[in-house]
Parts: sequence; C-alpha cells; structure tokens
Amino acid sequence: MQSDPDIVVIGGGNAALCAAITAAEAGARVLILETAPKPYRGGNSRHTRNFRCMHSGPLGPLVESYSEEEYFADLMKVTDGKTDEHLARLAIRSSEECLPWMEEHGVRFQPSLSGTLSLARTNAFFLGGGKSLVNAYYRTAAGLGVEVLYEAAVTHLELDGDLVTRVDYTHEGAAKSVAPKSVVVASGGFQADTDWLARAWGPAAKNFLIRGTPYNRGIVLADLLEQGIGQVGDPTQCHAVAIDGRAPKFDGGIVTRLDCVPFSIVVNKDAERFYDEGEDVWPKRYAIWGRLVAAQPDQVGYVIIDAKSLELFMPSVFPPIKADTLEGLAEKMELPPESLRATVDEFNAACGDTSGFHPTELDGVSTTGLTPPKTNWARPITEPPFYGYSLRTGVTFTYLGLKVDETAQCSVGDRPVRNLWAAGETMAGSILGQGYLAGFGMTIGTVFGRIAGKEAAAHAN
Amino acid sequence: MQIDFLNEARRQAEICNACRYCEGYCSVFPALHRERAFSDGDLTQLANLCHNCRGCYYACQYTAPHEFDLNLPKILAEVRQESWKDHAWPRGFAELFDRSGVLLATGLVLGFALMFVLAQTLRPESGAGFYAYMSHNLMVAVFAPAFLLPLLAIAISLRGYWRTVGGGSLRLGDLWEATKSAGRMKNLTGGHGDGCNFEDEDRFSQARRHFHQAVLYGFLLCFGATSAGTLMHYLLGMEAPYGFFSLPKLLGVPGGILLCIGTAGLAWLKTKADRNLGAPKAWGGEMAFVLLLFFIGLSGLVLYAATGTTAVGWLLPLHLGAVLSFFLLTPYSKMAHGFYRMAALTREASVSRPAPVQALAADTERANRT
Ligand SMILES: Cc1cc2nc3c(=O)[nH]c(=O)nc-3n(C[C@H](O)[C@H](O)[C@H](O)COP(=O)(O)OP(=O)(O)OC[C@H]3O[C@@H](n4cnc5c(N)ncnc54)[C@H](O)[C@@H]3O)c2cc1C
Ligand code: SF4
Ligand code: SF4
Repeated sequence: MQSDPDIVVIGGGNAALCAAITAAEAGARVLILETAPKPYRGGNSRHTRNFRCMHSGPLGPLVESYSEEEYFADLMKVTDGKTDEHLARLAIRSSEECLPWMEEHGVRFQPSLSGTLSLARTNAFFLGGGKSLVNAYYRTAAGLGVEVLYEAAVTHLELDGDLVTRVDYTHEGAAKSVAPKSVVVASGGFQADTDWLARAWGPAAKNFLIRGTPYNRGIVLADLLEQGIGQVGDPTQCHAVAIDGRAPKFDGGIVTRLDCVPFSIVVNKDAERFYDEGEDVWPKRYAIWGRLVAAQPDQVGYVIIDAKSLELFMPSVFPPIKADTLEGLAEKMELPPESLRATVDEFNAACGDTSGFHPTELDGVSTTGLTPPKTNWARPITEPPFYGYSLRTGVTFTYLGLKVDETAQCSVGDRPVRNLWAAGETMAGSILGQGYLAGFGMTIGTVFGRIAGKEAAAHAN
Repeated sequence: MQIDFLNEARRQAEICNACRYCEGYCSVFPALHRERAFSDGDLTQLANLCHNCRGCYYACQYTAPHEFDLNLPKILAEVRQESWKDHAWPRGFAELFDRSGVLLATGLVLGFALMFVLAQTLRPESGAGFYAYMSHNLMVAVFAPAFLLPLLAIAISLRGYWRTVGGGSLRLGDLWEATKSAGRMKNLTGGHGDGCNFEDEDRFSQARRHFHQAVLYGFLLCFGATSAGTLMHYLLGMEAPYGFFSLPKLLGVPGGILLCIGTAGLAWLKTKADRNLGAPKAWGGEMAFVLLLFFIGLSGLVLYAATGTTAVGWLLPLHLGAVLSFFLLTPYSKMAHGFYRMAALTREASVSRPAPVQALAADTERANRT
C-alpha cells in the first residue's frame, strides 16, 4: 500500500478477517497486521471446530431450530448469569444471518450426518476445522484487495484524546507506523504471556499449557488498558480445561483433550484423590477440571483406569502409559507406589453394585463412605493392564478485555474512542463474565467482527 | 512394505482420530474414525482410499512447522505406492514401480522398434488401411497376450490386496456402489462440491476432477472403440478401415480428444502442485504415465487423420508401440491405481453398510466440546 490505508485491522484470526472483509466490501482500503508468520496465521481460530448459531428453522447444515430464548438460557446456565444481556442477545440474534454470510465468503460446513437427530442442531461444524475457515477468509479478503502483512507485530497505538492517531508495529526487524482513519483490534487475549498469567494466578500459572496460539500475548490489550481504554473482566477469568500433561506448551489444540476422567480415578502427585470424577457427564465437567488440577501440587493430576474402561472414550493423541500392575504403573508415572495402591484399594472397597453401569448416562453407580465420593460410573479398578494419563491445566483463552458497546466501539473515560473498535477474544469478556458455551467464541468474533468492520468503514469513508 | 512408512502413517492416523476435523472431505476419514488401532491392512486400505486431493493438508492446524508434522496426503501416497509394490505379481517386477518413468520411455522405444520390424518383415501381401502395413492376425498375436497377461497379473495382485485389507466375500452391491462412486469421482468433489486443493495451495478447484474425468471417459471410449472394432471384425466379418460413422470411429475420435485434453490438463496441474504432498519418488513415473497416455491419444488421432498417406507406415508402429508398452506396464505403473482404487472403494462399501451406532454416541459427545 503506497499511502496509509483507511483501516488497520490488528490480528489475523476469525474476528479480524470478518472485520476486514466487511470493511473492504464497504469500499475501504484495509491493511491486516498479523504478528504470526503465514503458516501460523489465524490465532486460536485455526484450532476451532464449530460455530453456535440461532435459527428458527433448518439452516444450512443445522437441523430443526434453536431459538434465541433457548440459546440465551444455555448461556445463562454456563455463565451463572454473569453476562451482559444486551450484548449477548445481540450476538445470539445476529448469529443467524452470520451462517449464510460465512458460506458466501467461502466457509464450508460439515453436512449434517443423515440419521443423526439433534447432533447438528446448535453448532455448525466447519469442514476441515478452523484453519480451513481462516484459509477461505484469507482468499476472500485477497480477492477484495485487502492487504496482509505477516510477522507484523503491533506494539503501540498512539491515543490523542478520543482518537487513535498512529499504529506502531515491527516488521522484518524494523519499527514502522501507519496512520489509518480507523482501527479494529482483534488480537485475542493474553494467555500466551505466562508472566501475565502468573501475575494474576501466582507462580502456578507457569505450569499451565496454552492450548492455542503462542502469539496472543496481550501486547495491544495491555497497551490500550494502560492508556485508560475501558476494561472488562479480571485477569483470573479464563477458559481452562484439563488436557494431556504431555501436550506441547503451545498450540496442542483439540487432540490433547482427554475424555477418560468419568471412568477413572484422578489422583495428585501424592497419589491422593481430590474430587468426584463422576459428578456429571464429561462435556459438562470438562471445563472445571482445568481449575481443579491447577489447585493441586505442581499443577498436575494423574488419571488411572483399568483394561475394562479403555475403549469407552474417544482416543487422544498420545497413547496411555500402560503396566500390568498398579505398582508398575505408579513407577512409570513417578507416583508413590504404596500410596497409589492404598488409594485404589480404598476406592475399590467403597464401590458397590456395578450392574447398573452405563457409560453414556448418569448411572448412579457410586461409592459409599468415601471422601471425596465418586457419584457415577464407580467401578473398581482391578483388571490389568492398568493405564494412566497425566493431566495439566490447558488455557483456551482469557476473558480480561476491552469493553465495547453494541457497535463494538471502545471507550476512554466515559466517551467512545472515535476511531477504535474491538472484536473477538479481546472483547469477549464484555459478554462472558465466566464460564463458556461451546461454539460461542466464534459467534462473538463473527458478529462483532462484522459490526466493527462496518462501523470502521463508515467512519473512514 | 517399508516399516517406517507404516509407522509414520499410524502415528498420523492416530492424531487424526483424536481430531476428526477433516471428516467429510473424503471416504478416508469415516473409515479412519471407525478404528481405534490401525493394523497394517487398515493403513493400506486407507492409503488406497486417498486420492491425494490435499484438502486435509491445507486444512490441518498441525502441519510443519508444528511439531506434530501432519502431512497425510504424502504419507498415504507413500504407503499406497509401497502397497502396489508389495502386491505386484510376479514379485520380482515390484521394483518396476520406482522406475516406471524410465521404463515407460524404454518400453515406448522398444515397442516402436518391435512393431516397426514386425511390420517391415512380415508386411502382408494385401490388405487395406492399417492392414496394408500389418496383418490383422499379427496384431492379434501381439496384442492378445499383451492385454491378457497384465490383466492376469492385476487380478492376482488384487486378490492379494483384498486379503491384506481383510476383505470377505465379494458382493455385487458393494462393487456397484464403488463403480458409482468412481464413475462420478464423488470423492474428488472435496465433500462440499468445490473440488480439490491441488494446483494452487488451499484454493478449491474442479480442474483435477474434470481433467481426470476426461481421461477416464476418454480412455473408456477408446477402449470401447477397439472392442467394437474387434467384435465387428470377428462377429460381423467387417474389416477395418471403418468410415467416420462407424462405432469404432464414433467412439474413438471423441475418446482420443478427451484423452488428450485430460492428460494434458493433468500433466499441467502436476507441474503446479506441491511435490512434497505426494510420494516424491513416484512423481517421475506418474508424469511419464500421463504423458504416455497423451501420446497414445494424440498418435491415434493423427493416425486417423493420416489414413491413406504413407505416414501411416511409421505412425502405425509408433502408436501401436505406445499402446503395447502401456498394456504391458499396466500392473506396474500408475495405471494400477484404477484397479486398486476400485478394490478399496468396494471394500469401503462393504464395511460402511451397517450404521455405526457407537459412533453416533461419540458424535453427540463431541458436539459439546471446545
Ligand atoms: C483448541 C481450541 C479450540 C477451540 N474451539 C472452538 C470452537 O470449536 N468454537 C468456538 O466458537 N470457539 C472455539 N475456541 C475459541 C476460539 O478460538 C476463539 O474464541 C476465537 O478464535 C477468537 O477469535 P479471535 O479472532 O478473536 O482471536 P484469534 O483467532 O486468536 O486471533 C488473534 C490474532 O491476533 C494476532 N495477534 C496477537 N497479538 C498481535 C499483535 N500484537 N500484533 C498483530 N497481531 C497480533 C494473532 O496472531 C492472531 O492472528 C477454541 C479455542 C481453542 C484454543
Ligand atoms: S489432517 Fe489435521 S485437521 Fe485433518 S483430521 Fe487430521 S489432524 Fe485433524
Ligand atoms: S488428501 Fe484428500 S483424499 Fe487424501 S485423505 Fe486428505 S482429504 Fe482425503
């Protein structure tokens, strides 16, 4: 781009691309500054699999209907009411028109498998996953003349009263700046900056794994908050789950998820149990185990199962550790063998009648007289070989973010910043106070990305 | 089979099985997700279900530089190539696969020379058209075995393949499913109808599917033309040359044109596509094979155009030489893929029949996962 672009979009994930495409279609000249190199473009969005979408009748790959009220009720349940109802309903209502828009802009969905009933009712699955979505958007954006700079890390936004006057970034080792008319921030949360996590969580956070991109380090977020841009949420709030302890530090994504907890006992490094493994079906408990494990010594847990449970859950990326005796397993997993034996013996003794065991329903097969109890799927661990996985806390994204209004606009003091909008993870805290609803991250990014793009273009033109 | 290829394919298949994002691109993934552990036979079958469209590569969040280093199209291409070698019959000919580029070229030259010498030395006293250069009986004497022996070799190879992948008794219904799927090149639509990622990174296009269809139908038309000619010769006593409004010509001319367009297109796409997403060692042989088919189509058309001129004297052996080497090398060149693919699709049709009840429960689980 010879002269300054009309709009700079900071970030290269779903929210950024939705904003860039919308703005370019409105006639604006758009520059995307993406800190990642091309193979890693697309932030956390490249790891996603689906989009939660309201619909009043069959829509694209979605069957039946999913009303605003039901969607909102689902959101209230997971957030315990900690949501901004106005923005949440805006996101939910707009999601319906997003789906056809996504298809028009190259996104392809998995056809709903014939004969499976409510599977594809609430969430539309991307064919090929989030990276294929991101690829399609980059193609579309290129066709609209959007310029993309990879390895362009934004370091600072110069704020003059209620106007952003300059965007500073580094590219190919040199410091550069642009002065666009409008700026859209879509650079995600700060979870990849473990020092920041540690400031909020204490040193335990150093042991957390980051499930998504290493590039969301909150640099722009911190820069804006320091300059008094309106903030929402607090730094301890995040989506965190328990994942395979052998996962890479960053970018392990979906395959490191473990689904075996309900059929197991989970112990800490002293081989002691610490929570009811059978409290509820796994999709409902998946997210709390991130915090449970974070509270254990060294932030690590160990899942122990026996041969009869091995095939009851989805396989994960790493094979389990295997041994013919519990003591052997303990040794391989560096757990104290006698303590593990004692814990398992005590658990086994507390198990009762297991004839009602049912892997996919709350079966009420529970322990008696054990603390903590296991209230479902409690079967003694007796059948060799024994298998184990280590568990660590995996952070998906943080909620501390930029506060926006229904036009996705940021504010300073009590007035809007005239040319600054935010979309996606970096403002998701405006809607999600806590908890998380699968597929809602992409909804927030798509809805507010499009709003931000439209507003930014209207201001620039 | 080279054990490292299988182990690498197994490693990648296990990652895909924990991910499942690519379900829907092609029939590899539903087949893959049915298993928890992958035997060598399973991997061989998956490899032969893959048609190297690369959709799953460009969509994958785990490709290099990521440490998981996924490249499913490439490893499946390696396993596929190895599996053809493993099942080649006679065994000693397996290595031909790796050299089929050079081989096709030599075969072409030798075939031409042979035909030329035969035509010169055994030139018939009389005969019209082509038969003025080479008697019909001589052609049959050369081509009947050159056609039937490779077919026998392929049949034996396929029987071995069927055992490796654990196929049971063959059902006609499954064969029909496979034929329908291959006839429409259903899998080459990419699951969403936009086609393959091939010549331009992650851009979907129908080019490969359409060119490949041109080759397939062009080839079948040419084959039909030859068969029609043979039948007319033996059953109806009608001797070549045939006029334009005869079955051999009505099938052969469009067939030849389609074959030329299709092969030229595929060769061009091949030069554009990233070689590291296929089996690098097989590239040359595949290219040579495509060009050989192009040459057969072109020389056939030219030969027809040259009817009545003296050029037939050298065009005919050239064309027949090419056809001869094509036939002989069928079991040991890229041509084998058509047969293995049919076998793989038939096998897939036979196992995908019963509704996977357990898979449904797992799917419902997955829907609620981030
Ligand atoms: C494993 C995993 C699975 C998930 N699955 C789902 C799902 O199925 N459905 C769902 O709705 N949500 C899912 N999520 C959450 C979802 O990823 C996010 O809500 C969503 O992708 C956020 O989009 P975004 O555009 O705001 O951020 P991102 O996609 O993370 O994009 C942020 C971009 O900003 C860039 N950036 C960061 N800092 C700078 C800087 N200083 N300068 C320039 N660029 C910068 C990054 O490189 C990146 O490109 C998942 C998350 C993970 C980790
Ligand atoms: S190729 Fe990659 S994205 Fe596709 S299923 Fe396998 S691991 Fe997942
Ligand atoms: S390359 Fe294409 S055909 Fe092969 S596994 Fe991937 S998506 Fe399927």
